[in-house]
Parts: sequence; structure tokens; C-alpha cells
Amino acid sequence: MQVSRHWRLQQQRYALVGQVCTDCEEKIFPPRGVCPNCAKETDAQFEFSGRGKVYSFSTVYTAPAGFEGSAPYTIGLVQLEEGPLITAQLTDIDNDHVEIGLDVEMVTRKLLQDGDRGVLVYGYKFRPVVPVWELEPEDALFALA
Amino acid sequence: MALPAEMTQPKIMKPARDVGIAGYGAYVPRYRLPAVEVSRVWKEGTGGTPIKEKAVPGLDEDTATMSVEAARNAVTRAQIAPTEIRAVWVGSESHPYAVKPTSTIVAESIGAVPSTMGADWQFACKAGTEAFQASMGLVGSGMAEYAMAIGMDTAQGKPGDALEYTAGAGGAAYLIGPAEESLAVIEGSYSFVTDTPDFWRRANKPYPEHGSRFTGEPAYFKHVVGATEALMDAMGTTPSDYAHAIFHQPNAKFPMRVGKMMGFQANQIETGLLVPMIGNTYAGAALIGLSAVLDVAKPGDLILMTSFGSGAGSDCFQLRITDKIEKRQKLAPTTQQYIKRRTEIDYATYTRFRGKLVMK
Repeated sequence: MQVSRHWRLQQQRYALVGQVCTDCEEKIFPPRGVCPNCAKETDAQFEFSGRGKVYSFSTVYTAPAGFEGSAPYTIGLVQLEEGPLITAQLTDIDNDHVEIGLDVEMVTRKLLQDGDRGVLVYGYKFRPVVPVWELEPEDALFALA
Repeated sequence: MALPAEMTQPKIMKPARDVGIAGYGAYVPRYRLPAVEVSRVWKEGTGGTPIKEKAVPGLDEDTATMSVEAARNAVTRAQIAPTEIRAVWVGSESHPYAVKPTSTIVAESIGAVPSTMGADWQFACKAGTEAFQASMGLVGSGMAEYAMAIGMDTAQGKPGDALEYTAGAGGAAYLIGPAEESLAVIEGSYSFVTDTPDFWRRANKPYPEHGSRFTGEPAYFKHVVGATEALMDAMGTTPSDYAHAIFHQPNAKFPMRVGKMMGFQANQIETGLLVPMIGNTYAGAALIGLSAVLDVAKPGDLILMTSFGSGAGSDCFQLRITDKIEKRQKLAPTTQQYIKRRTEIDYATYTRFRGKLVMK
């Protein structure tokens, strides 16, 4: 496992930190130093909100090395509300419940681990937005087991 | 020779500068294992169950990821820049690494690095409230404007053991800050600690051991009552003064019984009593009980919280809700919203999620 490679990508993976073009204001993820819209150089950081929609998806049954323990899992193309389309694992959802257009939000989760001795690698995944319920009076009163 | 008064009287911990909770956030994973599933597998469905169900972390969750989500909720409620946080402290007995801090993963994820302290705390189930108390000192001394204290656990339950019914997952994060910016002012704290071997986990062992009935009277009840009564005595309060009381909750019976022993009514305890629905969240248990209370608390409410950590000790706190609470309650998901996000699993799925299957 390349510890240094994972460490270098930490900021973008943990908190969805990309870039913004200082010329045309295009939001860029992953950060690449050059605006894909106007080709101007940029190094301005931009933290994405983490909100987006599922653009497309596919369920993985035969997983690559390091991910076998989580299969079957669904990979989504997520359109962030700021524009970029990124690839990420979907989590906290049953594979047969994923739909195009589903509202999702970024969470930081464990991506993989290097055997039982190596580092744990964390990064972004997306899950259905935690729905907001209005509190009901009975929420405060649990029947004791 | 008589001891000086300051050595015999409870010393209430209160920093020189008043401090409080600027923001808070809870987290509970999505999966639930009904206690009847544990009973079905190990007892042929006979006998009672201590709770209804417990929360179980997914395959990609651990104390670090859960702490990150709770911490983000706390920062959102406080509405401060994470770069103003000068300490990120995580209390847990299930840190993902034996050596390498959980706190740096959390600090990096919420954008608090590099000008911050980071440390992991350990004292069984009261590691989170210890970090909370230390944060009071750090902010109260003026060394920091804000400090983050987190209590979070993915508790270990040995298959077939009595604790497997209750060993749950969840917790809460608290951003401690100046009182004038707080949704709840911390009016005082008291700690009560002795060397009592009621529950432990030796190095490199996957599951804890416990002293069965020894965990009750000489451990839980002695320390929770010792801390709570000393605090109330020093603060000049009685149980009826508090709108809500939260006691560490290893099961549903202990907190109700300890409350009753001291004169608290069931309706003061129920809002913060989450163990029947999410299990014992260990270092997170008292703190997530408090977050459920803060979600519904009203300005002026007086709140009491007493944790318990095996080994053993209790930290007790008195908090007064301010008028800043109402706006901040709605800024992030409430504790009950996480509890309602519920997907039931069976024992087989639980063994997979918790890594109990030997693969090679």
C-alpha cells in the first residue's frame, strides 16, 4: 500500500476539497490546477457542499482487491450541486433502492484497509440525505424493555 | 488532626471564565439488531431481553467516521469556522488504531488542522465526559476559544455474552466555547473516582470481561450516586430543580433505578434515555442522552448529566439552557432523526458487519 499516495489525497477525500477557477469561477473536482472550462491555471481551494444527485450507478458484485469485503456495493456517478460529476461508492442504502436523481450527501467513511496490519484509508462516499422529521411528542417517551 | 475543609468538601469544578456548549451533534448508525435476535441464537428465544434493539455500525463505519459526522453537526450548530477549534478530543474504547490517534482523522476531516491539539481519551464509558471536562478547563482558562469533546463507540460484545444484547454504537460531539456564545452554560462539574475492577479489556483482546453482578452496587450505583449527590449538595439543588437528568445507561434498568434512588421522576429521565432503542453506546452513552435532551430543551431549563466509566468513576455536570438554543436545534439532524433512520438486520448480517466471521 502506498501510504504517501493516500496521505497526499487526504484533504480532497476527507472533506471534498477541490478548486475554483479564479477566472471563470468553474468549480473543479478533483483538483488539477487547470480549469477544464477555460484552461486557465488556478490553485484556489474550494470546499464542496457535499450535496448532489445520483446521475447514474452500477452495482459491483466482483470487487477489486481490497474491496471484496464490502461487495456487493453500488458505485454512483454523483452530480454535485456545484457542477462536477464524480465517482463514489454509495452507502447506507440497499443496492436495489438506488435511483437516478436520488438526493445524496457526502459522508466520510472507511474506503479500504491494507490487510490487518496496514493503514485504514478514509474518504468520501454518498448516502441518501438524512431526512428531517418534525419531532413528535411520543419521541420523548420510550417504552422500557 | 482535622483535615482542612477544602479536603473534605466536594470541590466543584468551575473554570475562572464561564463556559458552555456552543454546538453539539449526535450520530447513530443506520442498522439495528433486535435483542430477540441475540436471544434466538443463544437462548432459543427464552428469557427476557434488557433492551428492544441496538444500533450496529455498517461495514465502512468506525469510531473515526462516526465522530466526524457528529463533529460536523456540532460545528454546523455553533456556526464557527473550524480553524478556531484548538482541541479535538475523542473519548472511546473502540479507537480504530491501537497506536495512531482517531482525533487527527476527525480534526483533518472537519478542517480544524493544523493549529489544534488532538488526543484520544480512555476511561471505559466515561472517556467522552472526561474530554468534555478537560475542554471546560481549556476554554475556561483562556487557552482556547473552542474545544471539541467527543464520546463515540462501536462497542464490542462477546458472542453469547450478556453484553451482546446491549453493546451498541453511537455518540455525540460537543463544541465547548465561551458562555456568552453558548446554547447551554455549564454551571459546575464534579468527578468521583475509585479503583474498582468491574469491567475491563486487556491489551490485544477483542472482547471485554466483566464482574457480572459486581458491576452494579460497588461500581455503577456507588459512583453515579456519589458524583450526583455531591454535585447537587454543593450546588444547593434538589432533583425537582432539573427539567431533565441523564445518567449513564448500560441498560434500561440502571439509569431508572439510580434516578429513583436519588429522588428523580421517570419523566425527568425518559427524554435522555436512548438505550432501549440504540443500546449502550459506552463512551457515547451519557453524551448522546444529553444531545437528545438538547434537541427539545427550552431556555431556562436546568439539566443534570452523570456519566459512569468502569474502572471506575463518574463525571457529573449541571447545565443551564440559554435562549440561543432554539435556533441551533434545527441546524443539524436531531438525535431522534438518526434513531428513526432505522434498518433492521438479523444476527447473521450482524456477524458480518462486526467482523465476527473468520475469513482466512
